Amino acid sequence: MNSLRKLGTKLSQVAALPFLSFLLAFFISGILIAVSDSRVLKLAGHPWQMIKMAGTVIGNAYLALFQGSIFDINLTHGHSFFQGFYPLSETIVTATPLILTGLSVALAFQSGLFNIGAQGQFVFGAIGASYIGFHYSLPPVLHLLISLAGGALLASIWGGFVGLLKAKTGAHEVIVTIMMNYIAGYFILWILKTKAFLRPGRIDPMAPEVGTNARLPHLAGADLRIHAGIFVALLAALFVWWLLTRTTMGFKFRSVGANASAAKTAGISIAYVTTATMALCGALAGLGGAVHVLGSEYAMTADIAGSFGFDAITVALLGRAKPVGTVFAALLFGALRTGGRTMQSNTETPLDIVLVIQALIVLFIAAPALVRYVFRIKNLKTSASITSKGWNG
Amino acid sequence: MSFELRGITKTFGSLVANDSIDLKVEAGEILAILGENGAGKSTLMNIAYGLLQADSGTILVDGKEISINEPSDALAAGIGMVHQHFMLIPVFTVAENIILGHERTGRAGTLKLEDARAAIKKVSEEFGFDVDPDAIVEELPVGVQQRVEIIKALIYNAKVLILDEPTAVLTPQETDDLLRIMKDLKAKGTAIIFITHKLREVKIAADRISIIRRGKVVGSAQPSASQEELASLMVGREVTLAPDKTAHTIGDVILSVKDIVIKDHTGRDIVSDISFDVCAGEVLAIAGVQGNGQTEVARALINLEDHIVGSMKLDGVEINGFSVHKSLDEGIAFIPESRELDGLISSFSIAENLVLDVHTQAPYAKGISLSPSQIRAEAEKRIIEFDIRTQSVSDPVSSLSGGNKQKVVLARELSRPVKLLIASQPTRGLDVGSIEFVHERILAERDAGRAVLLFSTELDEVMALADRIAVMYRGKILAIVNSDVTRDQLGLLMAGVVSAGAKSA
Repeated sequence: MNSLRKLGTKLSQVAALPFLSFLLAFFISGILIAVSDSRVLKLAGHPWQMIKMAGTVIGNAYLALFQGSIFDINLTHGHSFFQGFYPLSETIVTATPLILTGLSVALAFQSGLFNIGAQGQFVFGAIGASYIGFHYSLPPVLHLLISLAGGALLASIWGGFVGLLKAKTGAHEVIVTIMMNYIAGYFILWILKTKAFLRPGRIDPMAPEVGTNARLPHLAGADLRIHAGIFVALLAALFVWWLLTRTTMGFKFRSVGANASAAKTAGISIAYVTTATMALCGALAGLGGAVHVLGSEYAMTADIAGSFGFDAITVALLGRAKPVGTVFAALLFGALRTGGRTMQSNTETPLDIVLVIQALIVLFIAAPALVRYVFRIKNLKTSASITSKGWNG
Repeated sequence: MSFELRGITKTFGSLVANDSIDLKVEAGEILAILGENGAGKSTLMNIAYGLLQADSGTILVDGKEISINEPSDALAAGIGMVHQHFMLIPVFTVAENIILGHERTGRAGTLKLEDARAAIKKVSEEFGFDVDPDAIVEELPVGVQQRVEIIKALIYNAKVLILDEPTAVLTPQETDDLLRIMKDLKAKGTAIIFITHKLREVKIAADRISIIRRGKVVGSAQPSASQEELASLMVGREVTLAPDKTAHTIGDVILSVKDIVIKDHTGRDIVSDISFDVCAGEVLAIAGVQGNGQTEVARALINLEDHIVGSMKLDGVEINGFSVHKSLDEGIAFIPESRELDGLISSFSIAENLVLDVHTQAPYAKGISLSPSQIRAEAEKRIIEFDIRTQSVSDPVSSLSGGNKQKVVLARELSRPVKLLIASQPTRGLDVGSIEFVHERILAERDAGRAVLLFSTELDEVMALADRIAVMYRGKILAIVNSDVTRDQLGLLMAGVVSAGAKSA
């Protein structure tokens, strides 16, 4: 009982800041939604009616956001009740690669590194998985596993190179990963136009679909896109948690991340930690790319990576660079993204509001003093150190 | 004029830093405030100087209550303070530093420095300070920089001067100079509050001594009291200041260092021509004023420095070029100079900090997997063996006091089989009780037949522990002498003077 209460206290301490930030972000975005709505603005002369209208508009927008991301009763008409969860399935499909790229950035934070390169690593994961997926023909399960592993491995080399460069020459990983994102972005444009990746008889930059044996199986029938990639992502989160808390390698990672100088004095090789961390970060983000291709896209295009690699930074920050936190943060972002589209089409609230919400959440998390001021809370547990680390290395 | 603090109380959260403290100092008097680190001395003085506000209590000047909300109020009331870390701008001249915050400008906004120059000269002559108003501060020795701070206070008519641990950064000679200056100021009617934990200086300089322990004034003493009595009052129990050093046999050479040169990244020599041997069962102290290359030599011995030329043989094995990990594995225990920066990971638990350098070894790890239960179990033993005061080994090490933090470092380094102990400023910033403990452990290592290399800037520590003493000055070893050297001879060597009296050993 006592330990349960302890856990509860700890949870509320850790989750308080993200939750309050979330609340504030929705509040401010609500105001933005209201003042950008023509129906509200028309009632400028009648304050009471204007407030009522604003309430309706905001309520509708957020209802649409919910309907677009979790459950929509309208979808069950003429279908099974289950179909109402179509939005949730979409949310998870979007969140799956985000969990993996988020973990990549979070792991780097734990080692005191700032991995901006999840985007490029994602691209190489997608390229590896796509090529093995469509080029070879292998038995079920084996084809899937090799495709996943191939993508992760290729991205791990791509990421590990950054670590090696930092270890050997001191080149800052932030600069290097940003530059390597550009290289990856143009590399995929080029490779999609090579013979190896063009579909027979076509000249548009799109790779052939991966073989059926290489695809991640659907979890809820063909109508819903949710696929087994979510298990890959959750397993990866479990792996990162295990690595950080239960292995000697993770101990080294955390030591260097928390105090590189003391770690070095204790005989821990910074070069090893930097290289190993970046290689693992690469593998995680690469797995994200592989899962995205093998689970929902099948055919790789030039913008396969979307903004999965960049949103990952926000996700990792929101998740406080912890595996569990990252999973929840990715699910939240997945929901905002899928729900945002419904919100735009149903209520004419622009999709950009979702970006505003995301940005505000991160802003408040990065500036806990602001949240503390608004809610008049003195002892709010913060982890600003995570956000400020990595730049000075 | 008299200066009085009455019933000053200050709390930080649940910590009571000052608990209704009463103090009074008269003109022409030196009041020493003696207390361990964390006893609340600095908090009290920061309140007196307006850097902190008391929760309750009053400050009186000449019997009249005044309110001090910021340093400018304190200055206006005639209270000056010289901080432990100087508040000077290194690239400015002495005169520029002195007018800082009180700038007077001519017509086109140009600075008027003449008045300041004249004032500095006047004060300098009055007290024999010998400070050039146009010297760049960073080019001055530390002792002179401190005089600049004192001049600054005097020029703005400080009648009460608070000196916060003023001797911590000084050489023994500079310390003696400062104590002389304090007596001169006193003779001219300045009231001085002298904060320190160094017993010898208190006995020389103070007229009265107030002892603070855990935020309370626990007593007062006369300077005639013995050092042991003062230390006991400070700690609250009996303490032995000079550890028992038993006669012992010196064994074979364990560490042999020959012609070491360490270069910085630009290729300049930081230290050069360093050669010495340390034998089993012997404490070799490397003495010297901070910043004469000791830090680099200590770090070099476990290969933490790059660009090391020369030979470092540990028990016959050349270790120059080894990784840090391999150097430690060869049998070196290393207590770094800064435990906060290099010795501990403050966000990690005590248990984790106890295995920082052995976390890959049994029983703490099996293959790649860590055994948290074993780590915790071993930590439980260590906190008993080394008397580390904590509620749980899972608490972050940052929750410990300085002394207990250092015990964690000691416990880690001395719990594996080593041939050589390198201790770099092992008692810096520690209280008397912890210093006693650390000294006992170091001597225990020596008596157990290990070679001990002690880097210390504290003369008392060097004299108490060393069998032989090497003095470093400007990156070189000036002399290696026996432990029967006198304090004065050692002080002179640390200032770079090779006197005829010091015989080499």
